[in-house]
Amino acid sequence: MKRKYISRHSLMNCLKKVQTDGISLYAPVTRGEQTDFRFITSVDDLSFDSVQTVRSAKAVAFPCSEKLFSYTKEKNDVQLQDYNPDVLPEVLVFGLHPCDAVGFGPLGSIFNWDTQDKPYNERRKRLTLISLACTRADEYCFCTSVGGGPGNTEGSDIQLTPIQEDGYLAEIITDKGNEWYEKYSSFFEEAAEDIRKENYLVEIPVKFNIEEVERKMTELFESDIWQLQSERCIGCGACAFVCPTCACFDIQEDAHGNTGNRIRCWDSCGFALFTLHTSGDNPRSTQSQRWRQRLMHKFSYMPERLTVVGCTGCGRCSRACPVDMNLSDNLKMFNYE
Amino acid sequence: MNDLISQVQSLLENKTIDIFIGYEKGTRKPRPAFVSKAEEAGKLIFNENCSGNLAVYLTRKDLVEGKKVGIAASYYTLKNIILLFDENQLKEDHLRIITLSEKGEIQLLQSLEEIKQRLKEMSAPAKADEEEWVRKIDAMTVSERWAFWTEELSRCFKCYACRAACPMCYCTKCIVEINRPQWIQPWASVFSNMDWQINRVMHMAGRCSDCGACGAACPVGIPIHLLSHKMAEAVKENFGEPDEKGNVLSTFKPDDKENFIV
Repeated sequence: MKRKYISRHSLMNCLKKVQTDGISLYAPVTRGEQTDFRFITSVDDLSFDSVQTVRSAKAVAFPCSEKLFSYTKEKNDVQLQDYNPDVLPEVLVFGLHPCDAVGFGPLGSIFNWDTQDKPYNERRKRLTLISLACTRADEYCFCTSVGGGPGNTEGSDIQLTPIQEDGYLAEIITDKGNEWYEKYSSFFEEAAEDIRKENYLVEIPVKFNIEEVERKMTELFESDIWQLQSERCIGCGACAFVCPTCACFDIQEDAHGNTGNRIRCWDSCGFALFTLHTSGDNPRSTQSQRWRQRLMHKFSYMPERLTVVGCTGCGRCSRACPVDMNLSDNLKMFNYE
Repeated sequence: MNDLISQVQSLLENKTIDIFIGYEKGTRKPRPAFVSKAEEAGKLIFNENCSGNLAVYLTRKDLVEGKKVGIAASYYTLKNIILLFDENQLKEDHLRIITLSEKGEIQLLQSLEEIKQRLKEMSAPAKADEEEWVRKIDAMTVSERWAFWTEELSRCFKCYACRAACPMCYCTKCIVEINRPQWIQPWASVFSNMDWQINRVMHMAGRCSDCGACGAACPVGIPIHLLSHKMAEAVKENFGEPDEKGNVLSTFKPDDKENFIV
C-alpha cells in the first residue's frame, strides 16, 4: 500500500481538476444543522467537519427511485427500452467515513446474491471511494463493535487521515485507487515515514461482542425480547432509509396509457405494507415481528447466507429514529450469560 | 420523580390501569417507555424535556387494545387526547392522565372534563424557531415559496416518519397504500413528495394539535410541521375555533363555504 501526503490546498485543487475532467463529485455538504451527501458543483460547498451525514452514501449506487426500463405497447406487441448504463456518470464519492465505504460490501453482496443486479453493478463500477478516517465520533458510533474502525480501509480506494490542520496522510488501497493516484499524482507529496496513522484516529469503545450477538439472536426467534425492544417503535422507514446496507425495494409501475416505466424504489421491512398479501393476510402483522426481521436479517441471515454482517456501526438508524430506538443498546441485550 | 413513580405504581397495583405510557432516560433526550408491572416503574421520568407526543401510542392496537391506559401528557399530548376523544378513538373510563403543574408537580386527571379544564389553565410552550420560519415564509412571494418547498421536498425519501409520529395519523390504511386507484405515486420524486405532504396536511384540517411531531420526526430535516401549522391557521381564519360538534375535515354543514371549489 502506497502512503502519500496531500495538503488541504492541493486536495481542493485536485478535486477541482477531477470535476473539470468530467467526473461527478458526491460529497458531504452542510445545510443548516444537517450534513448530507449531495452532488456538488463547487468544492467550496464541501463539508469536512461532520461526525456523520444524515444519509449513507448508498443512494449513489442504489438510488431512492430508479427507472429499470421503459415500454411502449403497439397493437399485439411491446417494445422494451432496456436499462441504459451508458448514460451513467463516473462518480468520485469523497469524504465518506470508513463505515460508509465498508457498507458497499454488504450492499453489493445483496445485489449479487442471486441475480447479478445490473443497475447496481453498473453504478457501482463507476464509483471511486475516497474516504476520510475519523478523528471525531459521537455516542451513536459503534463501528468497532461490528469489525470496523475509525481508520478501517476496507472498501475505500483511497483513504485520507487528517494529520494536521491543513494536510492528510493518503493511503492508496486498491488498484482503482492507484489508477486514480497515478492520474493525479502531481497533487501529492511523499509522506514522512514516521507518521503513525492510529495516533490521529478517534477512539470508539466496543459496545458488545458481535459473535455473541449473532449466536444468541439465532436461538431467540421465539423470544419475547423482540416485543420488549420494539414497543416504542412507530414503524416508519427512517432507520432503513439512512442505513448504508439496507437494500429492500419495491417495484412500481409508472404507466401512461400505452407507455410506461418500471420503477424500483426504496422500501422497508419496518412497514406493515411490506409483507401484506393480496389476500389481506400479513405474515408480519405486528411491529415486533418486523423489528425481529430487521435485526435478524442484519445479524443472523446475512452472516449465514452472505458471510457478512449487515451493519457497519455508523449509528445513523439510532440518530434518525424519532423515538430513540438505539440499535447498539438493543444489541447489547444479546450479550448475556 | 418519586411522586410519579409511586403514583404509577399505585395505579398499576390497584388495577386502575394495565399499562402506563411514559418517558425514560434516552440517548440524548427522554424517550417513550412502557410499564405494565409496578416494579418496573422506577425507570420513569417526567420533566420539561419530555416533549415527544405520546398520544401516538393511544391508538396502537397491539399495545393498548382492551387495556386501561395511563399516560404522561405534556401540553400537546393533552390537546391530542381531546382530539382523539372527539373522533371516538378513546374511552373515558379506560384512561388516566398524569400531567405536570407549572411547579413541576404530578397531577392526576381522571375525566375528559378535567383534561379540558387543565388544558385551559396551561399555556402553549413557546416555539421561537417555528415563529421565525413562519415569518420568513409569510414574507415570501408565491414563486419564492414554490422554490422553497420544491427544494425542501426534493430531499423527502418517503420514510413516512411524519405519518408514524402523528397521533392523528391512525388510519389502518393510508391513502399512499391504496393502489386502485393509485392516488399518489409511491416512489420519491419532488411532485409525488408534494402530493403526499399536501394530502397529509389536508387530512389534518381542523384535526391538528400543532404539536410539531411530524417535523421533529423528519430525519432529513424538512420543516413539514409548518405546513400543518399554516393549515391550522387557515382553518381558524375561515371556520373559527374548533368545537365539540366535530372538526372541519369530518363534518358537513349545508352553509359551509364553497368558494374554494373551482
